[in-house]
Amino acid sequence: MAVEVRVPSLLRGLVGGVKSIQTSGPTIGLALDDIEARFPGFKERVIDPNGAIKQFVSIFINGEDVRYIQSLDTPLLDGDQVSILPAVAGG
Amino acid sequence: MFRIEGRFMQEMVAHSREKAPNECCGILAGPPGQVAALYRTVNASASPIRYSIDPKEILRIAQEIEGKDWEMTAFYHSHTHSEAYPSATDIRLAFWPDSLYLIVSLADLQQPCVRGFYLRGGQVTEEELETF
Repeated sequence: MAVEVRVPSLLRGLVGGVKSIQTSGPTIGLALDDIEARFPGFKERVIDPNGAIKQFVSIFINGEDVRYIQSLDTPLLDGDQVSILPAVAGG
Repeated sequence: MFRIEGRFMQEMVAHSREKAPNECCGILAGPPGQVAALYRTVNASASPIRYSIDPKEILRIAQEIEGKDWEMTAFYHSHTHSEAYPSATDIRLAFWPDSLYLIVSLADLQQPCVRGFYLRGGQVTEEELETF
């Protein structure tokens, strides 16, 4: 199973500068574990110490925010496109 | 030096005036280092002291520009009563190191000011703007 993860500029330094990487499921949480195994330090930029998606990060699967599906347990299917987007915010 | 067409500078100021006293925000996109389009976005915080872009809106624009091989080269927001310099909140919530953060100040309504900054790891680096 192949899943493409779009990597934001903030995290590209951790994955060799590429804009996207291939991974597999079967869930988004396990896909992040796979990425972490290959690119140590990646997961801690996306997931907080309590195992939840960080407040100022959003993860989308085919345009749907996983917070409103099954969060990190959201299943992945072959061909899914995952986008990780940091917040654009300030004051 | 960051080059940007005058029409985009005018559009950012116009957007800022329209949304005052709340802050406005938006995304500038184009080929790397350039601005070819301005996307007004909704300030989901609807506040005079905070701004945030709905992640779904960021995703929509990201997908739209991806097909053109564009990048989100800059973000803009307004400071309605303070100078065009990053606030502590701007610095803390800066997660896009390769994008320029443009700030429109309406502190002097007669002479709005736009300045640009790279915000990386808590460091503020001003980038000179050249309007053409």
